[in-house]
Amino acid sequence: MNRFAALYDTIDATTATGAKVEALVAYFRDAPPADAAWAIAFLTGRRPKRLVRAPDLRTWAAEVNGIPDWLFEECYAQAGDLAETISLLLPEREQDDDAPFAWWVEERLLPLARMAPDVQRESLVDAWTRLTGTSRFLFNKLLTGSFRVGVSDGLVVRALAETSGLPAETIAHRLMGQWEPSADWFTGLVGTDTMDADWSRPYPFYLAYPLEQPPDSLGDLAEWQAEWKWDGIRAQLVRRRGRTFLWSRGEELLAGRFPEIETAAEWLPDGTVLDGELLAWRDGAPLPFSELQRRIGRKTVGKKLLADVPCHLLVYDCLEADGEDLRERPMTERRARAEAIVARMPAGAPFSTSPLLDVASWEDVTRAREGARDAVAEGLMLKRRGSPYGVGRRTGDWWKWKVKPLSVDAVLVYAQSGSGRRAGLYTDYTFAVWDDDKLVPFAKAYSGLTDAEIRKVDAFVRRNTLEKFGPVRTVKPELVFELAFEGIQESTRHKSGIAVRFPRIARMRPDKPASEADSLATVRAMLNAARHGVGANVDGD
Amino acid sequence: MPRALVTHAHGDHLTWGCDAYLVTDDGLGITRERLGQYASRVSSMAYGATRDINGVRVSFHPAGHILGSAQIRLEHRGEVWVVSGDYKIDPDPTCAPWEPVRCHTFITESTFGLPIYRWPSQARVFADINAWWQGNADDGRASIIYGYALGKAQRLIAGLDPAIGPILTHGAVERMTERYRESGIALPPTTYALRESKTPEWARAIIVAPPSADGSTWARRFGPYAAAFASGWMRVRGARRRRGVDRGFTLSDHVDWPQLLTAIEATGASSVWVTHGFTGPVVRWLTERGLDARVIATRYEGERDDSAVDDTAVDETPADAAPVSAAPVSDVPATNADAAVAGA
Repeated sequence: MNRFAALYDTIDATTATGAKVEALVAYFRDAPPADAAWAIAFLTGRRPKRLVRAPDLRTWAAEVNGIPDWLFEECYAQAGDLAETISLLLPEREQDDDAPFAWWVEERLLPLARMAPDVQRESLVDAWTRLTGTSRFLFNKLLTGSFRVGVSDGLVVRALAETSGLPAETIAHRLMGQWEPSADWFTGLVGTDTMDADWSRPYPFYLAYPLEQPPDSLGDLAEWQAEWKWDGIRAQLVRRRGRTFLWSRGEELLAGRFPEIETAAEWLPDGTVLDGELLAWRDGAPLPFSELQRRIGRKTVGKKLLADVPCHLLVYDCLEADGEDLRERPMTERRARAEAIVARMPAGAPFSTSPLLDVASWEDVTRAREGARDAVAEGLMLKRRGSPYGVGRRTGDWWKWKVKPLSVDAVLVYAQSGSGRRAGLYTDYTFAVWDDDKLVPFAKAYSGLTDAEIRKVDAFVRRNTLEKFGPVRTVKPELVFELAFEGIQESTRHKSGIAVRFPRIARMRPDKPASEADSLATVRAMLNAARHGVGANVDGD
Repeated sequence: MPRALVTHAHGDHLTWGCDAYLVTDDGLGITRERLGQYASRVSSMAYGATRDINGVRVSFHPAGHILGSAQIRLEHRGEVWVVSGDYKIDPDPTCAPWEPVRCHTFITESTFGLPIYRWPSQARVFADINAWWQGNADDGRASIIYGYALGKAQRLIAGLDPAIGPILTHGAVERMTERYRESGIALPPTTYALRESKTPEWARAIIVAPPSADGSTWARRFGPYAAAFASGWMRVRGARRRRGVDRGFTLSDHVDWPQLLTAIEATGASSVWVTHGFTGPVVRWLTERGLDARVIATRYEGERDDSAVDDTAVDETPADAAPVSAAPVSDVPATNADAAVAGA
């Protein structure tokens, strides 16, 4: 495990992608194939689910170290990470254990899932005393399902391409879909004579870049197609050899979750791959994302839910037709193929192509974007008509242009310390708006401030604490922040009666006293506007 | 304050404007350096010597924190109080080692008063630092290591291996390093970076600088470099990442959790007052073990990783310029124990 720990330390210590790739290549060349296989699995985010209950872990870690639970919690609050807290509490050892990474994963980590709690405890305590330093930290991170490291899938692909001498596209494709990490699998992955046999796999998703510059900077509109950026689940529908595989962008197989889509897909000819968006759908129009949320996470979908929240696939693109990979063909051609395929579906099938917008000028495009909320869309997608279907996120051909977020000026009322690189700093905030002369909490936000601003707010929180409830501090209602969010809806679970989607801090408003923050009435007006499809930003700014 | 007994010369323990300062002999040079225009008001006495002030018997005892750092022992009618100031038990060649002083009431710092703070062996940390420096030198890259200009910087310099390359200093570090040498502390040769013109040898150099120099134009003069930070806070990954340096070395001049408990036990004190840091958890831990423990609030919530206690950011500052911090002496402002607490 210490070789993997050294790789982790190297990646963690640098921001240079060249150095990261170099470290990965060295690891893939030197490590035993089974170790490399597990490393790839974890580096690309295929972490095991939490193997041990967190409360058990906390209790056992406190017991082993002879400290009371409250002191463990104080330590956890300061370190901001459960796995790290446990690692730091135990004394360091002179020598790290040198058993292979695959052994630790297969013999010690994964079997925990099937153990009774008392056996788990014994196994964990033994592991904690054999491992030290980064190895112990990583073991705990894997154990708690919270392993993360600063490499993108793209970098792993690049390193594997360099290791094997194969094109990056081949590696990327072989990594799609479902596979079991093993020595054989790794050998096949980097082997030049491997057959690409797994026909259930989707293609790597092509992603758009956010458009930051004015749209007319993209040149001649005639070269571009504009369509809605839908707020659903991006998915690939693979139909091959008489079977259907529906994949999410996170490469999760959605089998059984969207039975209406899978049933209709039986009409598709073999050798068809479509890229599209899954949406909750009624009367020929999409429902808000909150409706789709009721379907997400359900492994089995009952009759009632199926009737309440019917789903639909809006097709963007056709990546494969008649068994032929079309990704290098221009967008226009692929789009025409998609339209033809969808047109042959029987009437009433939950399939349609995502409509192209009828725009004659960049002004039309800009106007269309302003109406995106009316269309229950997040904004626009701009795709170059001649573009191939690429791999990953590439700049130039595909752009997403989201609508301006809604915004509200709100007052900081509660603060809690963060985790990770924000550990020990007050970075998690709850904001309130005025309801007559009372402040009503209405949103939480974690991100959007610079490090310097975070330090400023942290100092404010420490100096202006009114009350402490466990890790939460009530602070003097004084600081005003502009919050941005994507959507707004009614909620019975929130005191304010309102829930917002993707709230984040747009900026601090040191110029505004708390008394000038927005009111619940203003926020409610936005809710009504959103419901009736009226203009975007009530705040006006 | 008419009179201040000073544990050590860091900015959160030493302030301007008192009428008289009493420090240890070892701390005289650096305290005068820090106080600038008030330097003439400082007098000193040796560790272990005693002085009677208003019927209170006062003596200084080594705290092992930085050169000249002291615990202050106060005795009045047989009742003994000890004010720790900042202290550590780990060995440090640049100052006298901490010694336990028996007392009834012990006033202790708690900067790192949580069990997650447990220092690795100092030999290992210095081996890691030298290996990091060597690796950078082999790659033709300078190494900049950040640590407080007073104390941490000199301890770092003492542990560096001069065979690897030249040791350069920031002005704030060099001034204090000079005072250390004047006090007879043996340190490898250093070069004040601003005074010399750059040579090809600098690509192999390590530069010792205060944290505030991080990311400054000052740092960029050394060409391509790797940066590291030396501090007890580097024990926790979140703090390392927040620093944004290439490496963090866990090297502290404070007690870690095991040392804190060892020290408290060694004093034999039945009453322990806790300040500067994780006061709440330490007090609760001690109370649960039957000690009479309480928190002393100060205007400092404890030293934090991103508040540099002691920096002079601009290298061009003349030696007699004003110190940045003008905070009052927080732990021993006056001549009796009650007043010491009232400073909060």
